[in-house]
Amino acid sequence: MFRDFLYLLRSRGLKVSLTEWMALMEALDKGLHKSSFSGFYHLCRAVLVKSEADFDKFDGAFLEYFRDVPFQQEISQELMDWLDRPDVLTDWANYDEETALKNMGLSEQEIEQMLLERLAQQDEEHNGGRYWVGTHGMSVFGNAGLSPKGIRVGGQSMHRRAFRVAGERKYRDFRGDNALDTRQFQVALRTLRQFSGLVDRPPTEFDVDGTIRDTCDNAGTLKVRYKRPRENTVKLLLLMDSGGSMDYYARLCSALFQAVEKAGHFKDLKVYYFHNCPHGNVYTSPHLLRTDAVPTQWVLDNLSGDWKVIFVGDAQMAPHELMGDFYARRDDRYRCGMDWLRAFQQRYSHIIWLNPSSRPDWGGYWSQTYDVIDKAFDMFPLTVDGLTAGMKKLLSNK
Amino acid sequence: MDRSFHGSANYVASEELLQAVNIAMALRKPLLIKGEPGTGKTVLAQAISSALNKKLIIWNIKSTTKAQDGLYVYDVVQRLYDSQFGNEGVDNIEKYVRLGKLGEAFTADEQVILLIDEIDKADLEFPNDLLWELDRMEFHIPETGRTVIAVQRPVVIITSNAEKELPDAFLRRCVFHYIEFPDRELMEQIVRVHFDKLDEHLLDQVLTAFYKIRQLPQIKKKPSTSEIIDWLQALIHGGVNADRVLQEIPYAGVLLKKTEDLEALRRNWR
Repeated sequence: MFRDFLYLLRSRGLKVSLTEWMALMEALDKGLHKSSFSGFYHLCRAVLVKSEADFDKFDGAFLEYFRDVPFQQEISQELMDWLDRPDVLTDWANYDEETALKNMGLSEQEIEQMLLERLAQQDEEHNGGRYWVGTHGMSVFGNAGLSPKGIRVGGQSMHRRAFRVAGERKYRDFRGDNALDTRQFQVALRTLRQFSGLVDRPPTEFDVDGTIRDTCDNAGTLKVRYKRPRENTVKLLLLMDSGGSMDYYARLCSALFQAVEKAGHFKDLKVYYFHNCPHGNVYTSPHLLRTDAVPTQWVLDNLSGDWKVIFVGDAQMAPHELMGDFYARRDDRYRCGMDWLRAFQQRYSHIIWLNPSSRPDWGGYWSQTYDVIDKAFDMFPLTVDGLTAGMKKLLSNK
Repeated sequence: MDRSFHGSANYVASEELLQAVNIAMALRKPLLIKGEPGTGKTVLAQAISSALNKKLIIWNIKSTTKAQDGLYVYDVVQRLYDSQFGNEGVDNIEKYVRLGKLGEAFTADEQVILLIDEIDKADLEFPNDLLWELDRMEFHIPETGRTVIAVQRPVVIITSNAEKELPDAFLRRCVFHYIEFPDRELMEQIVRVHFDKLDEHLLDQVLTAFYKIRQLPQIKKKPSTSEIIDWLQALIHGGVNADRVLQEIPYAGVLLKKTEDLEALRRNWR
């Protein structure tokens, strides 16, 4: 049954497996969709989709696949016969302005409710009226009607009722490729961990295997052993662009910052700010005050090479800020912003760039520096998906 | 399906949720429930258990929980100690094997509801370690050579706060439902279930204020169902005049748990 739907879902990026598909078939066999279209929709979603982040993709695919399915449930054949009147298609004689305005104000739910009531009451053919289900009338249902809004009954197809569910696409906000709140960032950051028992902590964890071994060695007299707890060894250096064009993304960046702060599972965490591109100083606060300045060289010297580095910035600035030696003093080892960035690259092997903005294509000017940085760094969009991909990169460096 | 779930006297569930529960029971797969904190994920299992009149076994997952803990624990240290003092029964390994919550659910004579609460709290590998056990409903105890097979397949409800991604292999075996935050209509029903007599005016004011607060963008931790119930309780207990509710938000501390949110409310409430 609708095997194409499985492939459509898969082509839309939903990882539906054969196990789940078989489960759906079993469920349909058992009649769990209760022979209704919305029941079928919910059944499909419960069995095939396993994350609210994928609900929107599912809704889209479902809408695409089942859009043209005729939907005749709950409508009696008698009524359908009354409604089969292709001869009235262009008859405007029954138009009524007042009813038209009233119908405009009805919501879909109200119309649906009214339809259900009429279906229960109607026992004869009504055409040209403004109350019953019929043709070329002013009521909100029936076909070839003149009401500006309503549900088509009979004629070709009647699918709106079912599609109100999927058509709303209200799970759009949960999509993984949307930029979202701290919680989801936190989830992504959790993946950034490497456990090791070789940390410099006192041994506090009871070691069963060691105890047994040593007790045996000790001729059966109990000898209790402890071992060091396993701990995350990841040290994270976060460098964030602040001010100027980054103000548009302030909320997003603050969400990321809070997520990093809250994650709390890093062995060590340092956050510095810069404007557009780090030069001689980075700053401990986003206001970039002179009192908060820390020499960039100090950071490079004191944070060892096993730190993992995340740059956050839109990589859009005047080209001279990145490539020119405008800010350099005569004795500077690093002449331009790019030199500083290269110094970071040489020092740290695990390094990524998160970008809240996409590549500017409306003019060549701002994309210049974007392209240079994009080429030099592994750049990921600052979205949940991008962050997750970035974390994998930071861990594996592949 | 002879027995299906239709909600219970003190739990109001949406049509979709009821369907998801019944699908999971009919397909005999675990039901994975996600949703905002405070939307009644944990309470659902209790409601199912009382509606179907089955015993509920709760396995609370903590960050230190291992899959093994749910199956059985072999108390090797106790045995070691006992052997030192020559206590009786040291030879009987069975004595030192204690079944965990999952084992308890398997060995129960009648069908039970097993709630695995907040599965995402545990290590990333945790769900994968339970694949076989939840699929086949059996496990083997190598120490005693015994295989525990479920007498009656328990109904398994799993909740998650989405703190960690769950592995795909695990997800494939579940039926999934996401509890949406209830809209005003459903919330009114839920609240009514919890209070016998409610002043209509007060309820109306409280709901208006509640959804208005939830919509404030400055609020970081949005109040949820359990908070509105606590708040109503506080308002009724304190005998607050219903007309004051919308203006002053009395006992805001019950709704908002963070100082910065309270501060934000004070500054932005109009």
